[in-house]
Amino acid sequence: MTKVSMTVNGRAVSGDVEGRTLLSTFLREGLALTGTHVGCDTSQCGACVVHVNGAPVKSCTVFALDLEGATIRTIEGMANADGSLSPLQQAFQDHHGLQCGFCTPGMVMSSAALLAENPRPTPQEVRAYLDGNICRCTGYHNIVKAVLAASGQDVSAVAAE
Amino acid sequence: MPKDFGIGASSKRREDVRFLTGQGHYTDDLQLHGQAHAVFVRSNVAHGRIRSVNTARAATMPGVLAVFTGEDFKDVGGNPAGWLIKSRNGEAMREPKRPVLAHGKVRHVGDAYAAVVAETYQQAKDAAQQIADDSVIEELPAIIDMAAAVADASNRVHDEIPDNLCYDWGWIEDNRARVDEVIKSAPHVTTLELVNNRLVPNAMEPRASIGEYFPGTGDYRLTTTSQNPHLTRLLVAAFVLGIPENKLTVVAPDVGGGFGSKIYHYGEEALVLTAARKLKRPVRWTAERSESFLTDAHGRDHVTRIELACDKQGNFLAFRTETMANVGAYLSNFATVTPTFLHGTLMAGPYKVPNVYVNVKTVFTNTAPVDAYRGAGRPEATFSLERVIDKMCRELNLDPFEVRRRNFITPDMFPYTTPVGLAYDTGNYEATLDKVMEIADVAGFEARRKASAARGKLRGLGLSTWIEACGIAPSHLVGVLGSRVGLYDAATVRVNATGNISVMTGAHSHGQGHETVFAQIVAEKLGIPESSVEIVHGDTSKIPFGMGSYGSRSLAVCGVAMSKAVDKIIAKGKKIAAHMLEASEADITFEAGKFSVAGTDKAKTFGEIAFSAYVPHNYPLETLEPGLEETAFYDPANFTYPAGAYLCEVEVDAETGKVDVVAFHCADDFGNIMNPMVVEGQVHGGVGQGIGQALCENTFYDENGQLLTGSYMDYAMPRAADLPFYNVDYSCQTPCTHNPLGVKGCGEAGAIGSPPAVVNAVIDALHRGGITHVTHIDMPVSPNRVWSAIHG
Repeated sequence: MTKVSMTVNGRAVSGDVEGRTLLSTFLREGLALTGTHVGCDTSQCGACVVHVNGAPVKSCTVFALDLEGATIRTIEGMANADGSLSPLQQAFQDHHGLQCGFCTPGMVMSSAALLAENPRPTPQEVRAYLDGNICRCTGYHNIVKAVLAASGQDVSAVAAE
Repeated sequence: MPKDFGIGASSKRREDVRFLTGQGHYTDDLQLHGQAHAVFVRSNVAHGRIRSVNTARAATMPGVLAVFTGEDFKDVGGNPAGWLIKSRNGEAMREPKRPVLAHGKVRHVGDAYAAVVAETYQQAKDAAQQIADDSVIEELPAIIDMAAAVADASNRVHDEIPDNLCYDWGWIEDNRARVDEVIKSAPHVTTLELVNNRLVPNAMEPRASIGEYFPGTGDYRLTTTSQNPHLTRLLVAAFVLGIPENKLTVVAPDVGGGFGSKIYHYGEEALVLTAARKLKRPVRWTAERSESFLTDAHGRDHVTRIELACDKQGNFLAFRTETMANVGAYLSNFATVTPTFLHGTLMAGPYKVPNVYVNVKTVFTNTAPVDAYRGAGRPEATFSLERVIDKMCRELNLDPFEVRRRNFITPDMFPYTTPVGLAYDTGNYEATLDKVMEIADVAGFEARRKASAARGKLRGLGLSTWIEACGIAPSHLVGVLGSRVGLYDAATVRVNATGNISVMTGAHSHGQGHETVFAQIVAEKLGIPESSVEIVHGDTSKIPFGMGSYGSRSLAVCGVAMSKAVDKIIAKGKKIAAHMLEASEADITFEAGKFSVAGTDKAKTFGEIAFSAYVPHNYPLETLEPGLEETAFYDPANFTYPAGAYLCEVEVDAETGKVDVVAFHCADDFGNIMNPMVVEGQVHGGVGQGIGQALCENTFYDENGQLLTGSYMDYAMPRAADLPFYNVDYSCQTPCTHNPLGVKGCGEAGAIGSPPAVVNAVIDALHRGGITHVTHIDMPVSPNRVWSAIHG
């Protein structure tokens, strides 16, 4: 076991991990941040996406030990300072962009990264960016709509409501 | 002006807040003091005789606490089939035992024959590998192809079942001779052979279970990913382990999607409970996605030959189908009813066809069990019907819109009993067809087709007019048909002393939004804020015995039970109000949250009545019990029958065979709508899964029974860029006539109606592009299959 230290959601944390411990495992079991979900074992589903030093990363594909000193943001760190939903989270609720909620943390983290890179994406750009995030409930319609709305675009003409 | 409160409002979902902030509580999120980890040893061959399972070395490995094999469970019960089907000759179906752990033989890749419990997951995993290394399984020839399985009596999935046949079912057998006669003499018969592709449900949360045992009381708790905790409790306690039901609590907390795959009881649940009792520690297991692919119940997997007999104008005279349905290696709980009563009974569609006969042979193979997956039998029926109708229209050069219109059951014909035994209560199929043609701008299609052609693409338009039966009922009827369970549901409405409300429901929400929508209904009926109503579900120690959520039944069955319980609350409230207001009960009215004496200004609020019920100082104690809590069980008189018309527009790239869905339009009749936003979301999800079936998804076992599509690298889940925006209309409403909410069910519609619309659109595109030799392409309509068909 080796000690690793990082900043998670603004808080300095550390823990003892094996070399094979994944970031997703460290977050869920070491830090009890269970909002980051694990939906597959091939780095395909994207439920585990977090931000590492500002970039979206599938936390099941990186070792905790390689992230000494890194700054991590998870779904638990996405709300406003007063605990209210951030504009992106609020857009997901307003536009019914989630059903069972399991893929949602990864969807929000990936979408936040998209909007940071591309503040006014087209629907096609949203769909392409979310290629690494699988949702089985929504058929993606309302996820795409929520991301467009969060970017400040008028979504009233998105297919028929 | 849309409503902003109660029934019919698009209230935002209250459950979203916890999911959007990482505060959901799914089974795997639960960490318990002293917990141990279970890992299963799974067969890597499809069919094999277990010669020895040697656990001696594994048992001494670091951290190992206990080892289990099939031998440990050979004397407990099997996981039962929930529905007894009889063959055409009157014989009962073959019903082999489904053990907790395989004993004697392994019957599919992934079949668990041992399990290890250790201090850590990694230690359990290492020891499980050791058992696999130390065990001897003699590989037998795999039985994969259904036709071969039935033809070769020497090679058996279950040694006691010589032809691998579960049953040979005819529906309705008395129709058979007449249907044969009509088809023989019909002016035209269209025949189509098709495959309804096998799918893996793929709820995004893998299955997980945690067993606990409390030695001080002898109580157990099972936390598990279930769509129906009471049914799981009944199965694991009463049928498998022999635990008294009152000693077991089953909790299904937040569940990350189900789509059918989490209806069933699985052996892992029995194992973690048994291990917890042995070790007196919590024992947990969470499936890896690879395990989910190998062991979750799959869906569909029919091979069908359908014939449509009609006259030259396209008036339907008869349908006849022969289907082979793959049930896999064991009977999952509802595996036997899915290809029969959920499929054959829908084979008249929304049409006034006088003659229908359905034959289904259900076959054991060395593959994962197959059971109900979103739609469950009804997508298979709809696909067969809507594809063969489209093929007939091409053969006779008839308009597919006109042919369907001509054959629809018309509104004046309800109630309408079909030749396959369902009694449709209400509907207006032509209205949904008109609506979908309007919202899809069918008149503008030719211009869009030309624009596509200018870009080198073939554009096609595909129609599907579908009906389904959901909220399966009534119990006395399903009992006659072989069901071993009732199909009612239950809800308890507990008015608290301060006037807010806890509702305990038998239905379970795993994405459907019950916590919001059910609260809207209660709030509307009682005239109180939605925020005053809390919906409690998923814990057998809190909720009444209900049958859970599947088959689009939550609202139409449990929601109605809840509504009836609220009616009882209002009735009792009137008695209390009459006493407090010194009036006759008959003079008390209840409206907008107030009990009033008719014609006066004397009134008590709902909150005042609630308080009086719990602090009964001024209360008719001689004639009325204190408290304000009511339970209702509701057993519907009939199924509900949602229906609709779907139109799909595709572009086909003839050079590559790639199909793009460029528009998808739905006109649905779900009866009365409780929350339009949630209903649209359900349709989106169903259509997304249906397009996935039509274009992307397939479950492929090779001839040795190895699952070649066992991960998201190989199983093509539809992703955001594969799917369009959907245009959803639900304005054609014919309220259900036999439940007081007038509701039907919307959860499965999209997955039922959409696959044939997509495939019909592809065939239409090819024909409009002059490629007229292609009459059918099996799903998934992949680029390879389209290209091959074009060049075939």
